[in-house]
Amino acid sequence: MKRFAALFTALDQTTKTTAKVTALAEYFTDAPKPDRLWTIALLSGRRPKRTVTTTALREWAAERAGIPLWLFEESYPIVGDLAETIALVLPPPSATSDRSLTDWIGDIRALATADEPARKAAILAAWDALPTSERFVFNKLITGGFRMGVSRKLMTRALAKATGVDEPALAHRLMGDWTPDSTTFDDLIHTPDPTANLSRPYPFYLAYQLDDGPDVLGDPADWAAEFKWDGIRGQLIRRGGAHHLWSRGEDLMTDRFPELAAALDFLPDGTVLDGEVLAWTDNAPLPFAALQKRIGRKTVPKKLLAEAPVILQAYDLLEDGGTDIRERPFAHRRARLEALLAGIPQNAPFRASPLLPFDTWDALAETRATARAEGAEGVMLKRRDAPYRDGRKKGDWWKWKLDPLVIDAVMIYAQSGHGRRANLFTDFTFAVWSGNDLVPFTKAYSGLTDAEFREITAWVRKNTLERFGPVRRVTPEHVFEIAFEGIQASTRHKSGIALRFPRMSRWRHDKPVQEANTLSDLQAMLETYG
Amino acid sequence: MAIPVLTHTDRGLYCPAGDFHIDPWRPVDRALITHGHADHARPGHGAYLATHTALPVMRHRLGDITADGISFGETRRIGDATVSFHPAGHVPGSAQIRVEVAGEVWVVSGDYKTDRDALSEPFEPVSCHSFITECTFGLPVFKWPDPSHVAEEINAWWRTNAADGRIAVLGAYSLGKAQRLLAAVDAEIGPILTHGAVEATNRVMRGQGIPLPDTIPVTPDTNPKDHPGALVLAPPSALGTPWMRRFGPVSTGFASGWMGLRGVRRRRAADRGFVMSDHADWDGLNSAIRETGASRVFVTHGYTAIFRRWLEEQGYDAHVLETEFEGETLDAGEEDA
Ligand SMILES: [Zn+2]
Ligand SMILES: [Zn+2]
Repeated sequence: MKRFAALFTALDQTTKTTAKVTALAEYFTDAPKPDRLWTIALLSGRRPKRTVTTTALREWAAERAGIPLWLFEESYPIVGDLAETIALVLPPPSATSDRSLTDWIGDIRALATADEPARKAAILAAWDALPTSERFVFNKLITGGFRMGVSRKLMTRALAKATGVDEPALAHRLMGDWTPDSTTFDDLIHTPDPTANLSRPYPFYLAYQLDDGPDVLGDPADWAAEFKWDGIRGQLIRRGGAHHLWSRGEDLMTDRFPELAAALDFLPDGTVLDGEVLAWTDNAPLPFAALQKRIGRKTVPKKLLAEAPVILQAYDLLEDGGTDIRERPFAHRRARLEALLAGIPQNAPFRASPLLPFDTWDALAETRATARAEGAEGVMLKRRDAPYRDGRKKGDWWKWKLDPLVIDAVMIYAQSGHGRRANLFTDFTFAVWSGNDLVPFTKAYSGLTDAEFREITAWVRKNTLERFGPVRRVTPEHVFEIAFEGIQASTRHKSGIALRFPRMSRWRHDKPVQEANTLSDLQAMLETYG
Repeated sequence: MAIPVLTHTDRGLYCPAGDFHIDPWRPVDRALITHGHADHARPGHGAYLATHTALPVMRHRLGDITADGISFGETRRIGDATVSFHPAGHVPGSAQIRVEVAGEVWVVSGDYKTDRDALSEPFEPVSCHSFITECTFGLPVFKWPDPSHVAEEINAWWRTNAADGRIAVLGAYSLGKAQRLLAAVDAEIGPILTHGAVEATNRVMRGQGIPLPDTIPVTPDTNPKDHPGALVLAPPSALGTPWMRRFGPVSTGFASGWMGLRGVRRRRAADRGFVMSDHADWDGLNSAIRETGASRVFVTHGYTAIFRRWLEEQGYDAHVLETEFEGETLDAGEEDA
């Protein structure tokens, strides 16, 4: 475990990619092979099943630390991590241990069949044999949620460096449904897979934000425009009798969106589409919240499939009849895309993102102003004669987003932050007027400078009317401009409204509290943009 | 019931029997000051009383003040109160203030730590009936590692950077933490450069005979190439500012009790976090309180509500005192501690 904890610490101590790759590559070279395999498993989200409840862990830790449970529970949100809170409150270990990561994982898994007293004894013994950093890692193994600041891509790069197998081949070998029980490090890494090429995606071309409007882009006739959809960017590959859906982070998400298996029926072999996965009903996109419910699920319940079915709103064709056509101009690829999708039934989950007609930039600005009503975030501009480029080469694709919506609201509750911000009030609840009442409608955490957070913290301390645990009700005195990206009806909120990405965009020192916006202003926005 | 020895006013802690305030946050006629940090020693008071060791820095920071010095352990009669100052171990010269009125003894801890460092007079528990204690780190998750072990970590980090030809920039409060680090690091590794704010305090302390290793002040003409393998000591507010650019690619470190929390270390923009505080940790607070023998405890700065409840369950008559002290903050631009 020392070796793994040392790796964890090394990764934790740097934000530099090269240093992380080096630390990982060293680990993949010199750690015991079963530990390497488990590390790959952990870094790719394959955790051992949880065998001890977090409730039991909290109780045992508090008891061992000689503190009441309430004190443990008060400390936990300030630390922000259960595994770490436990590691910190425990007294120093009285024993040492040389067991490996794989040994410890074996112990943890064996607890599945143990009774409660045996579990407790095993956990207490482990805590007493590990120093704080290893204890933390051990707790993480039990509670899950391992975040080591290492993307799958980074891990793959390090593995490539350590093993000499090339990255794309590794990326593919690491996919699928293997577990550390079903394979070995050597089998997983060194056994070539003849079908690897078939699923391989093209690098995504990324758009840049157009900050000052499109006048700088020259002649409008050189450009094509579409709405900018608020979904998940995806590349759909239909090759060799199979289909694969890749996210921009180069995660395979084929199984999450089973609807798109219709590619096998409706798209010819040798087709690669670039587009946006959207939750979609009645010929219109659903709010992002609907798609969000789908994102976290590896298998999708029937009910959710019916509530939030997805489509791929395609905007580019990268491979046509088995030929890579990325070098051809956008206008050509787009024409081929339309031809390809023209023949398929209306209810198939593939649709070309409509082009927006415009002669002048002013005309496009008018269309852009309607984006919210269409369920879009703005418009995209693509140069008609440009190839489909790699990565972030600037200049051919631009996103021209709508300005955020804003509302002036009154701060009514304040709560202190976590970790470094534990001494500052950073989480606030805002309200709008409904007659003489203030109705809370959103929380916001970000948007202020450190100096402003300090100023508001000092003010909150002196203007607390009531305390409810960590929350303080404060004198309604300060008005903040809240910016947000979208607004939806919600039954879970008292105001009947939920905002997307709310943040404090401005502290309206200039505005008396009576002049904050009203609930009817919010309802009007919901009417217009919801 | 008699008038309490100390009362809480909107100017700060007040002793009616002696007509003085302790660490007041608004101007008063007579102020007893525990130590020179900005949240305890504020400008504008008529007369100041502090330990001889704490005074030079206070004069440096507050300018032309009317101030009187006192030795540790020396008693002084002020009105109907008897006061004395006792080592708090927080920074050089920092004191707890003992106030006795008609046989009733109260102690104000100021900021304190129970770990020893090379420069501060070690903390001494003082028996009292009522103890007003800080609790900046009053949670059981705060337990400081052995300071010599932390010093080794800092030296190892510095050495690695020196070997890689990179300057190491360590953020630390300019009063107290910076000098504690100066005394703790291995000056054989390379030259030590200082930011103006740190060097100003160094100069004052050297002037009063506190031994510090040699340092080289950073000036607009400082060329990092002339100081290969250097360690730069700077206040936290300087980290990440244009002032840093002169050093080229650097590795940054930050020394604070908050670095004991992983979330804080990660959010902090420094490359490395070192767990080193000038405040007491959980065990330090509990042992300090126990050793005073006090039955009544007032808690200030930090997790006051939680710590009060804990003390009450331990059998103390425990209260929260709302003050304007800041504790060990992590915010850029803050020099309170
Ligand atoms: Zn303080
Ligand atoms: Zn202080």
